[in-house]
Amino acid sequence: MNLLLLADGRFPAGGHAHSGGVETAVATGAVTGIGSLEEFLLGRLATTGLVSAGLAAAACTLRHPWAALDAEADARTPSPALREVSRRQGRQLLRTARALWPGSVLEGLAVSNPSPHHPVALGAASEAAGLEPLEAARAAVFNAVTGPASAAVRLLGIDPVSVHRLLAKMGPDMDDAAHLGARASDGPPAELPCPGSVLLDLFAQQHAESEMRLFAS
Amino acid sequence: MKSRSRIGATFTDGHTRLNCLRSSAPISVRQTPDGVYLVGTAAGPLGGDDLLLEIEVEAGARLVVRSAAASLALPGNTGLPSTVTVQAHVGAGGSLWWLPEPVIAGGGCDHRIHNRITLDPGASVVWRDELILGRRGEEPGRVRSRIDVTLGGAPLLRNELRVGAGAPGWDGPAVLGDAGAVGSLLVTGPQVGGPQVGGPQEPSPHLAGPEANGDRASARGGGRSGVMSLGAGAAVLPLSGPGVLVEALGSDAIHLRGLLDRALAYLGAGVVR
Amino acid sequence: MRVGVGGPVGSGKTALVAALCRELAGRLNIGVVTNDIYTTEDADFLRKQGILDNERISAVQTGCCPHTAIRDDISENLEAVEELETRLAPLDLVLLESGGDNLTATFSHGLVDRQIFVLDVSGGDKVPRKGGPSVTSADLLVINKVDLAPLVGADLEVMRRDSVAQRGDRAMIFCSLRESDGAGEISAWILSELNAWAKTNPTRG
Repeated sequence: MNLLLLADGRFPAGGHAHSGGVETAVATGAVTGIGSLEEFLLGRLATTGLVSAGLAAAACTLRHPWAALDAEADARTPSPALREVSRRQGRQLLRTARALWPGSVLEGLAVSNPSPHHPVALGAASEAAGLEPLEAARAAVFNAVTGPASAAVRLLGIDPVSVHRLLAKMGPDMDDAAHLGARASDGPPAELPCPGSVLLDLFAQQHAESEMRLFAS
Repeated sequence: MKSRSRIGATFTDGHTRLNCLRSSAPISVRQTPDGVYLVGTAAGPLGGDDLLLEIEVEAGARLVVRSAAASLALPGNTGLPSTVTVQAHVGAGGSLWWLPEPVIAGGGCDHRIHNRITLDPGASVVWRDELILGRRGEEPGRVRSRIDVTLGGAPLLRNELRVGAGAPGWDGPAVLGDAGAVGSLLVTGPQVGGPQVGGPQEPSPHLAGPEANGDRASARGGGRSGVMSLGAGAAVLPLSGPGVLVEALGSDAIHLRGLLDRALAYLGAGVVR
Repeated sequence: MRVGVGGPVGSGKTALVAALCRELAGRLNIGVVTNDIYTTEDADFLRKQGILDNERISAVQTGCCPHTAIRDDISENLEAVEELETRLAPLDLVLLESGGDNLTATFSHGLVDRQIFVLDVSGGDKVPRKGGPSVTSADLLVINKVDLAPLVGADLEVMRRDSVAQRGDRAMIFCSLRESDGAGEISAWILSELNAWAKTNPTRG
């Protein structure tokens, strides 16, 4: 049940305000409809989604110092705008999760860094909620895909049923990414996946400088 | 083909001296006044090749590495991937400029690149990677290119580029779009780069596409519409640690090099004699 | 004290926030969080009017869901408020302006201490009768643009009667924010609420 709570778009940790790059992709004409949205989501899942899955699963194992995971997240996020967004969302998630699942895990993370990277906060929150690393990875990839999908519904007025049909079709891809991330969390943090996405980095920098913004990222 | 080449630079009596230049086919390393050149003595890398280049820049030494021509990754007849690994270590006060010609991902290739860069505190690096996505009119094969940079043991940059089959969405609107060439430029350390690298972080400029005339003012202002409408552009990204990463997408090799050259000039990170 | 200002698009939320800042800035240390699409043009407007420095205004993006940001998931707004309260401490008053929304939008009690809902007469005199959580539960109902009432055929007496029926004895103020002292009564209401609030919350500035 806690996995459903954590992954739910209604979880009050600020997720609704972020488009995961979709707002700029739409503004620049890179995403125009369901076809280009599918390509966008597949690319985001294979990059940001996989990176988040690995970090969240690793955090959920509690085998690594928080600072080490935080440094690995920094090294995997060259865009300063995306680092800031990740820490902002991590801080908001940590705030909510501490109220839901109080205990030494989340208190320890808050002491180490009150603004942890979002995947690290998600992994820690998952552990505090009694979840396994694979479930933390699942929540991470689900977040990475469904956030931008719902932003696209709001920005482009795409039929929400067709977007959900797409999400259902991507289910096995999301599962694969979660398993890859969870498997990597058995090894050292340095070896966690680090696939980057040039366009998401470019979009994030553009977005941070843009005046007309409906989403926080 | 399996090979292991090595370049070593040491610093004695106020001068850099190359104390090791070991060529191993198909890579030949040659000293020139312009730096050490990598020369390919056979086609490839081809599937099944496993090539390692070790670079050691000792404390205080300066080394520039270039290559004579682009390398073309192609499938071999073994069905195995081709692998090129570069392991570089730079000591305190040492500087390394890695400015080779691009790698071309040929059709059907399965190519792995792994750059492992270990920096001691006070080391400097300018590291350029360029990947051309297929020859003219050709779909590229599979490429995985990973860079791992640590500074004083702490991670500075870990980034992997995945292209082709097995990398869903790689040519879609979240990853590379319709770019024909992708590249990056890492600049870090006290010996390389101007204030843009070592100074306080400021909002990163976009280096706009071909319509920009290349002066600094336009490079800084080239924002919103210019970059993406061309399906190409670049961003200067100050890292969390000391250093800057430039990411660039070009329509072709020449366009990409133009963007990275402009970034190199903007960052003041050209080769220092 | 944190005060939410909600209301439909065009009803005068920004005008009310600007008027309150103008009237109260001399007496109170004020910060503003806006959830509307906020551009440097808006900031310039407030700054040029000598109303508020840019550093006192924080803009929050709501991802096209203005009511979610003030009610269901207040994280971004809480962050913005707390950041202002830390940076400009001690703040007496934070005004939170919501994005324009419908009659069902209310602020979460986790986010604000008082809420004002702004309607205007040009929306028709039937609006208060429709009720909805915003009209019924706001601590103060402001009915703006009363100078337009004759032009749009709105009966202020009908609006007053319907509001009382929906809201009992909760406060209601008719005003015209275009007039120079249009918000005087509203500032007085805020000062009196601030007084009452300070007595029950001695620790928070």
